[in-house]
Amino acid sequence: MSAAADRPAAGRTAGAPLRLTGIRKTFGELVALDGVDLEVPRGTTTVLLGPSGSGKSTLLRCINLLETPDAGRIDLGDGPVDLGGILPRRTVRQVRSRSTMVFQQFNLFPHLTALGNVALAPVHARGLSRSAADELARGLLAKVGLAEKADAYPDRLSGGQQQRVAIARALAMDPDFLLFDEPTSALDPELAAEVVAVLADLAAEDRTLVVVTHSLAFARRVADRVVFLEDGRIVQDGSPQDFFESEDPRLRRFRDVVGSV
Amino acid sequence: MPELLDLWISSLPRLLGATIRTTVPLSLISFAIALVIAVITALLRLYGPAPLKAVAWLYVWVFRGTPLVVQLFIVFFGLPNVGIVFSSFTAAVVTLALNTGAYASEAVRASLLSIPRGQFEAAQTLNLSRATTLRRVVAPQAFRIVLPPLTNDFIDLVKGTSLVFAITITDVFQVGRQIAAANYEPLIMYTLVALIYLVIVSLLSILQGVLERKVSVHVRSS
Repeated sequence: MSAAADRPAAGRTAGAPLRLTGIRKTFGELVALDGVDLEVPRGTTTVLLGPSGSGKSTLLRCINLLETPDAGRIDLGDGPVDLGGILPRRTVRQVRSRSTMVFQQFNLFPHLTALGNVALAPVHARGLSRSAADELARGLLAKVGLAEKADAYPDRLSGGQQQRVAIARALAMDPDFLLFDEPTSALDPELAAEVVAVLADLAAEDRTLVVVTHSLAFARRVADRVVFLEDGRIVQDGSPQDFFESEDPRLRRFRDVVGSV
Repeated sequence: MPELLDLWISSLPRLLGATIRTTVPLSLISFAIALVIAVITALLRLYGPAPLKAVAWLYVWVFRGTPLVVQLFIVFFGLPNVGIVFSSFTAAVVTLALNTGAYASEAVRASLLSIPRGQFEAAQTLNLSRATTLRRVVAPQAFRIVLPPLTNDFIDLVKGTSLVFAITITDVFQVGRQIAAANYEPLIMYTLVALIYLVIVSLLSILQGVLERKVSVHVRSS
C-alpha cells in the first residue's frame, strides 16, 4: 500500500468513537472546562461553537493532549485513560497518535519545504522510509491541490496554501481524528474558501473531523453535528438544524453576534 | 615612513608565525569546545532536571562573574597546588573554553527561547520525540538566530587569547611585546599586532555574513 490516505472510505467509519468524560481544566482561577462529556462517532464532522473563552479550543486541545486536563478520562476505543495528574510519556504519545491538530496559525516549519513539512513526521514519528514518506507526502499535497508547490518554502505560499499544507501534514499522520482549531480565522475570506473546500472534501470522505470555528456558514455547510459551549460547559449538542433553530437565548445571542460579522 | 615599513616587514614573519602557531589554533580549539559546552549548558538550563539546572546556572554565574585573566591564573598557577597540572596551552584552552562556553550558553538559550510556541505544538501534535523536535525543528531555526551573538562571543574569545601571555604562552601579542622591548618601537609594534587581530576578526565577520545568507533564505521573521 503506497499511501495510508488511499485507504477506502468505508474503513474510516468503522472503529470505536472518541469518548471524553468529565474533562475539567482550570488555568489558575479560571475554569476553562467544567466537567465536559463528549462523544465523537467515527466518520462524522463535529463543529464546536461558542463565544470566546467558552472552552471550545481548550476542549479540542485536550483531545490531542496539547493541554493536560486536571481531571477526566479519554477513551479512544482501547479502554479509558485517566488524564488527571502527570501522564507517562508513553501514554501521551499513545493518545496523541490517534489525533492530529491543524492550527489557526498553520505552524508550518519555515525551514522546510512543503514536502519536507509533510514528510517529516512520517519518517521520524511513524518510521516510514524516506522514499515512502516522500511518496505519501506528494500524494497528500496533490490531494489538497498543491502538487506543484511541493518544493516551495512556506514563506512563498499564501495563507490558504500554507493551511492546506498543514492539513496535508496532519493527514500524513493517518490519524483517526482530525482536529481543527479555527482553521480559517487567520485567512482572508477568499483564502478561507479554499481551505473550507478541502475540509468539505475530507468530511465527504467520511473522515472524522472535530472543528472549532466561528464560521456559522461552515457549520451549516459541513457539520453533521454542532456542539455549543459556554463557560466551560456544553449547552447544546445536536444537529446543525437544532442549533440554528434553537430558541435558547444564549444560542440566539451567539448566532446574532457571530452572524452579523 | 620607509623606516616604519621596514620595521613592519622585518617583524611580520615572527608575528605571523606566532599567530598561526598559537593564536589561531588556541582560538579554534577553545571555541569548538565552548560550543559543545554552551549547547549542553543551555539545554540543561531549559530542560534539565532541577539539580543539573542548578549546576548549569552556577557554572554560568561563576565564569561570567570573574575576570578571564584571573581564571587563567587559577587554572595554570593555582590548580597545581591541588595536584591538577596542565601545560600552559591546555590551561589556556580549558579556561577560554569554559569562559566562552558560559557566555555562549546564554546566546544558545536565548535562541531556543525565541522559537515560537506554535512550532513546539506542531511537533507535539505530529508526535515527534523531544530529541527529534530539537534536532529537526528547533535547531535549524535557532541556528539562524544564534549566529550573530555567537560570532560576538567568538570574536571576544579571539581577542581574549591575548591574555595568555600571562601564563607563559608565546602568542602574537607576546611576540609583539618581545620585539617592542628590543627595538623600542611600542607604538609601531602594537599597532601591527592590533592590525593582525583586526584581520582575523574581519575574516570571522565575513564568515558570519556568508552563513547568515545561507540559513536565512527561507526564514522571514513572522
